[in-house]
Amino acid sequence: MEYEAVIGMEVHVELDTRSKVFCACSTDFHAEPNTNVCPICLGMPGTLPMLNREVVNKSVAVGLALNCTIARWSKMDRKNYFYPDLPKNYQISQYDLPLCHGGYLDIETEGGTRRIGITRAHMEEDPARNVHGMMGGGSGVDFNRSGVPLLEIVTEPDFRSAQQVYDYLAELKQILLYLGASDCNMEEGSLRAEANISVRPKGSERLGTKTEVKNVASFTQTMRAVEYEIKRQIRVLSEGGTIVQETRGWDAEKGISFSQRKKESAHDYRYFPEPDLAPVVVDEAWERRVRDALPELPAARRKRFREAHGLSAYDARVITATRGMADYFEAVVRVGADPKKAANWMMGDLQALCTETRVEVDACAVCPEDLAAMIGLIENGTISGKIAKEVLAAMFETGKHPKEIVEEKGLVQISDSSELEGIVQQVLDANPNQVEQFRSGKDQVKGYLMGQVMKASRGKANPKLASQILEKALRA
Amino acid sequence: MSRITEKDVDYVAGLARLRLDEEARARLVREMDAILGYMDKLNELNTEGVEPMMHALEMTNVFRDDVVGESMPRDLALETAPQHDGAYFIVPPIMDPEES
Ligand SMILES: [Zn+2]
Repeated sequence: MEYEAVIGMEVHVELDTRSKVFCACSTDFHAEPNTNVCPICLGMPGTLPMLNREVVNKSVAVGLALNCTIARWSKMDRKNYFYPDLPKNYQISQYDLPLCHGGYLDIETEGGTRRIGITRAHMEEDPARNVHGMMGGGSGVDFNRSGVPLLEIVTEPDFRSAQQVYDYLAELKQILLYLGASDCNMEEGSLRAEANISVRPKGSERLGTKTEVKNVASFTQTMRAVEYEIKRQIRVLSEGGTIVQETRGWDAEKGISFSQRKKESAHDYRYFPEPDLAPVVVDEAWERRVRDALPELPAARRKRFREAHGLSAYDARVITATRGMADYFEAVVRVGADPKKAANWMMGDLQALCTETRVEVDACAVCPEDLAAMIGLIENGTISGKIAKEVLAAMFETGKHPKEIVEEKGLVQISDSSELEGIVQQVLDANPNQVEQFRSGKDQVKGYLMGQVMKASRGKANPKLASQILEKALRA
Repeated sequence: MSRITEKDVDYVAGLARLRLDEEARARLVREMDAILGYMDKLNELNTEGVEPMMHALEMTNVFRDDVVGESMPRDLALETAPQHDGAYFIVPPIMDPEES
């Protein structure tokens, strides 16, 4: 029998605010354990949480970017369960009236564009962080994370393959970064993805029993874990077995998923409205304010860069990878540089220099105007493309204007015919054998002689002009 | 006849991590059943055209600005914990990862 996978995703993303969601403690990830804590985020009785306005702003921005309807009226609820990372024995979350619902995200994936339904996105608080293997075999609890704002983004079961899951996560992350909603740092747990996976006979409408795979360290590992889980379920069903509804962990080293916990009916969270927090009303004016402040999103920017600047789909994707890079590109083009050349220099030499020194393109010493000026120097024949590489490296190191570097280092291209004729003559005089070979019909020797001309001019000879002069001298 | 059974009471007690003796269990069967009875009474009311009440608070949009204030000294935070190591609260070993 042929099976198809049905997958839905839940992503928890830590919103990038300065202070926590219900108290004024810092959200700094790198602080010493239990130093960003107060009676509110420690869950002391009698404390009064108050919602951080910026959490609502950022959540609405994400909701709008995901084409969601923003609830005019929404509230916080208590989700009750016991766990050492949850001092109040409930997590403040949203249940039946989430802030955002009913959206979608179009992703570029295998076989073209696919629309993924966004069921909902709701605000909640992050629980504390547990550290295992402390003194006496106990676990440690660090409440610095307790109360860090989270947005949980839930999709419809619209994925049919692991690749689609990967492409969704990549697109979602890019949007979150463009919005400045989260730093999406997976190592620090700012973005946590869970996949709900089931399989069913192809053509069937009924959903199979699902398992949940979570605690996966990267998008690539998530994709592998989903792939593995699909195969495992198909194998179990083909052998006449049944799928047990459960949470499964992922062992990246062994490349297998393993059962973590049976999902029992004990997961009865008994949600009820959080009486300590007032409902949230986002009226049309507020929604419009957030919408007006949205940046151009990655998909729109990719499209515009292809259409307005003639970039290939691949180039447009690379150039819009981060908002900073895309802004940089536009600044280079704005002062008159050819878009394709600008993109090539950015993705080539400049990116290589940045990768080597671990800086972002938009934060490097070469400002967009100077990169445009350098491209201009190539176009007006002042320097060759080869010399430009040297100039760019110097610009990257010193932050100086390309003209200044060209003058300082004497890198101006030699386009003076009489000077080039002199160099060509020197080369011919020094290589009588090669000249003889050329004249007896071995045309390819010209390449060697041209190399010698470039070498003698220390790379500064105008290649086109030098080639013509060499040709003329050889045929003389 | 009571609609709430001892099984229901045990289930709710389990969720709340409460251990009940026989007497408490019997009393809660009665009390919880009485609560349901009260709900039945409310259900008799004609609520057509009445807006559902979603929240007890009348006010909305009570916010704080995103400004970092002072946290409490760690020593003070840890002080009342049954066990700590000067940096972390120490709890019995946690075996399985839970919900986030
Ligand atoms: Zn706090």
